Amino acid sequence: MIRLQGVGKVYRMGKVLVRALEDINLEIEEGEMLAIMGPSGSGKSTLMNILGCLDRPSSGTYLWRGRDVTQLSDDQLSEFRNRWVGFVFQTFNLLPRFSALDNVELPLFYRGVPRRERRRRAREVLELVGLGDRIHHLPSELSGGERQRVAIARAVVGDPRLILADEPTGNLDSRSGGEIMNLFEELNRRGVTVVVVTHDPAIAERAPRRVLLRDGRVERDYRNGREEVMAKDA
Amino acid sequence: MLENLRAAWRSLSANKLRSFLTMLGVIIGVGAVVCLISLGQGAGAMITSQIRALGSNLIMIASAGRPPLLAEDAEDLVERMPELVRAMPMVSRTVTVKWGRETWETTVQGVTPDLPAIRDFYPLVGRFVQQTDIQARRRVAVVGQTVVDELFGGKLPLGETILLQGQAFTVVGIMERKGEAMGTDQDDVIFIPLTTAQRLLGTKRVNLIYAQVSDDADPSAVVQRITAIFAAKHRRSDTVRVFSQEQLLQTVAEATRTLTIMLAGIAAVSLLVGGIGIMNIMLVSITERTREIGIRKAVGARRNQLLQQFLVESSLLSVMGGVIGITAGWAGSRVVAQIGGWPTALSVQAAALAFGFAVLVGIFFGVYPAWKAANLDPIRALRYE
Repeated sequence: MIRLQGVGKVYRMGKVLVRALEDINLEIEEGEMLAIMGPSGSGKSTLMNILGCLDRPSSGTYLWRGRDVTQLSDDQLSEFRNRWVGFVFQTFNLLPRFSALDNVELPLFYRGVPRRERRRRAREVLELVGLGDRIHHLPSELSGGERQRVAIARAVVGDPRLILADEPTGNLDSRSGGEIMNLFEELNRRGVTVVVVTHDPAIAERAPRRVLLRDGRVERDYRNGREEVMAKDA
Repeated sequence: MLENLRAAWRSLSANKLRSFLTMLGVIIGVGAVVCLISLGQGAGAMITSQIRALGSNLIMIASAGRPPLLAEDAEDLVERMPELVRAMPMVSRTVTVKWGRETWETTVQGVTPDLPAIRDFYPLVGRFVQQTDIQARRRVAVVGQTVVDELFGGKLPLGETILLQGQAFTVVGIMERKGEAMGTDQDDVIFIPLTTAQRLLGTKRVNLIYAQVSDDADPSAVVQRITAIFAAKHRRSDTVRVFSQEQLLQTVAEATRTLTIMLAGIAAVSLLVGGIGIMNIMLVSITERTREIGIRKAVGARRNQLLQQFLVESSLLSVMGGVIGITAGWAGSRVVAQIGGWPTALSVQAAALAFGFAVLVGIFFGVYPAWKAANLDPIRALRYE
């Protein structure tokens, strides 16, 4: 489904050029669940941003189902994210003045789905994540685990093919974190591709495939049973 | 659109005080326009009606130097110009009137029996100055309502004797109430025969000739002819000033228009200031909501959609400011009207203009902040603390 070929990303921080990613080759199949690991500064978040089309690579190509998405305009990227990708962040990133329901229906709003339909689907996914009784609560009235579940509901409400989670359990206690991972596994069982960025080995253990980044490169890429998956060269 | 309105309303009401303060610039701008223009037009309408109250189709000829204006000039004009229905010479001066121990300062006007018809101003009780009074230089007086109130304490003074510069006059009539016109009390007056007045004041000249033009004549043509007649008679062109009621009305209309344009200019400036206030607050609000914008972009908001959202927000601010401003301005003009006894006319055009301008200002000054929001880089926006 996803094929990164020789992807690099260079940032300019003031006058210094920062090489966040160098020559990443990575393939992700439809329906996979993988963890991207690595120490801080290894380029995990940059990779996630590129996978989710929040950012474009500086070099290399990104093929989505065989189609090159590196040349899309900002608005086309927005549409791409809206249609295919759901994001889950460490800090939840919910709109503070909006109820759980309002937050969840946001992607459908930008897709132009009529209000009634939006409300119905948002309610459905909130029930799916176990928050059917809290749909009118504001984020500040919910616990951390509940907020993250709202964020997951928002990520899946548009029926995306790819869920990208950046340290989704980083701000949660281990019990809530475990529940969140259960949810991801459940979504994965339903056929959604899930990519979790984490530095927590216990969380990464739950993904069948793990990609280890170091200094902007893929250091190891392996599945359960220690078999190495080598990315195909471009 | 409705969705955008709902969202805009939500974010504005989340910060009520700030939204209100932002609107204040627009409220004051629009309110000032509506209030001042309503008052200005009310005043214009009042002055116009007062000029009309002087009489109808009037031309005034005022003496402006030597040779002086004489009573014969009035008769001469009526004879020579069929366009004139009648003409009345008048001499006037401020004098002190005595009745017993009471005294009162008022204007004495020496007039002819034509005055009631020319000024549309008739006696209520008794009679007016008659031709025989003129011929015999009788010392009779017709008093206005203010004189009745002030000098006679409201008592009916028919037949009473009053002293004008030491000479005794008999009150033979009382005028109806006329009210105020052009800032002077029309009822604070005593009419006496023209000839009597000339003798009393020791003069042969008159100050003013009122002439009434027939309905089918063109007043400005008549003004020109009268000017020409006096220029030929006096061999100078600067001895009289001739002006018609029409000209006065035009002058007032012009003054009102100038005033309105000036007010509109002031209002435009204050609306501009209000608009800059809106831009300022929208920029602050966008900085504060950087993260929110990042989230919206992450879930797929396109630039246009964000642009629209923030434009609707700034427009809603200015529209609400405009509505409140119109209401406040209208209420303000009513209060001033009540307190100052000043008429007010709500100018729908002014209200619509001010409102439209306010909305334009809101959109214009909302564009830059909205554009800025729409073009934020989603990654940086999401990282923003």
